[in-house]
Amino acid sequence: MTPPRAALRLAETSAGSRILGIGGVRGDIVVTNDDVAGPIDSSDEWIVQRTGIRTRRYAAPGVGVVELAEGAARAALDHAGLEGSDLDAVIVATTTHWEQTPSAAALLAHRIGATPASAFDVSAACAGYTYAVAQADALVRAGVARHVLVVGSEKMSEFVDPTDRSISFLLGDGAGAVVVGPAPDAGIGPVVWGSDGGKAPAITQTHPWNALRDDPSAGWPTLRQDGQTVFKWAAFQMAPVAEKALAAAGVGAHDIQAFVPHQANMRIIDQMIKQLGLPPEVAIGRDIAETGNTSSASIPLATERLLREGAVTSGDLALQIGFGAGLVYAAQVVVLP
Amino acid sequence: MAATEQEVLAGLAEIVSEETGLPTDAVLPEKSFTDDLDIDSLSMMTIVTHAEDKFDVRIPDDDVKNLTTVGDAVSYITKAQG
Repeated sequence: MTPPRAALRLAETSAGSRILGIGGVRGDIVVTNDDVAGPIDSSDEWIVQRTGIRTRRYAAPGVGVVELAEGAARAALDHAGLEGSDLDAVIVATTTHWEQTPSAAALLAHRIGATPASAFDVSAACAGYTYAVAQADALVRAGVARHVLVVGSEKMSEFVDPTDRSISFLLGDGAGAVVVGPAPDAGIGPVVWGSDGGKAPAITQTHPWNALRDDPSAGWPTLRQDGQTVFKWAAFQMAPVAEKALAAAGVGAHDIQAFVPHQANMRIIDQMIKQLGLPPEVAIGRDIAETGNTSSASIPLATERLLREGAVTSGDLALQIGFGAGLVYAAQVVVLP
Repeated sequence: MAATEQEVLAGLAEIVSEETGLPTDAVLPEKSFTDDLDIDSLSMMTIVTHAEDKFDVRIPDDDVKNLTTVGDAVSYITKAQG
């Protein structure tokens, strides 16, 4: 007779999770519209009118995704009152870590003293941060990890073609980080997320890396987008996703104190506000004006700015939505740290 | 029931006016969206999206670049209604 199978114990779960701390780092070099206008035959006025961007920030040579992430991570840990050794998992959302392996997250975890925390990267472009926050929430509530560091970190300035008029002039470098930990109730609402690979050509790189191996004259790949298609998708199809995230969290537009969409273009942000019918007292993340589009870093950077400038305070509710190349998107309501 | 060209023009003029602040009577069939009405590519996508909703038609992104004048858009929408 076979003995009965030993029963497995489940991890101790948590009723909720919450963002405990936030931090951000922007590239040191301020790049004005005049600095990027020449090669695209444009002007400061045109760029401001089309995008709302006045400056973007580039990281110095030698400062990459891991270095930017480290600064943001240390600030978030300080804010949370935690040390690297308190972390059980480190997730880095990025598309500009130039090594296929090892991951930026493993390198970052080691730098901040989080070893042997689990560590992995997330590839979800400009939605990477909200994808990773959804994972951190799930890991903490399931008891898989107690404290999870989430970082969106990008050096987009190495992914640009100065003569490209579609996206390059929007992009900047930076990293934003949060620490997620257990809470007695929901501090991170249910994620509403998805993808549409059928629209992949709307935002893509000029050619894959192996094309460069096969033909060295192909040059370094850079980003391109179909601006009109992306604008229409983002401005009009993402607002309903944001509305679903509000509904999933059981709150309405009048219950939130902040709206922090991915900082892709001020015109997209303005159109989303209109579509969502947000009351004027809701603080809006508009960090793009000074920082540019930093892809996965843009939402935590814009949130960090709202908190630092006093537009919102700890305990306020923020609706955040990331969207970008894939196409992919993710939205959730969070309680601010 | 499908709208007539006249009704499409009136409806489109309202959408353009809402987006640009121009008076509806400035939105005439011969006017070019970019050269006469100073509508940029992003505003054009906003107008197209509202027109799709209002007239229950689909205007693929690739077709938008062929809509040079208000008249082009009116004809396209009228035909697309079937």
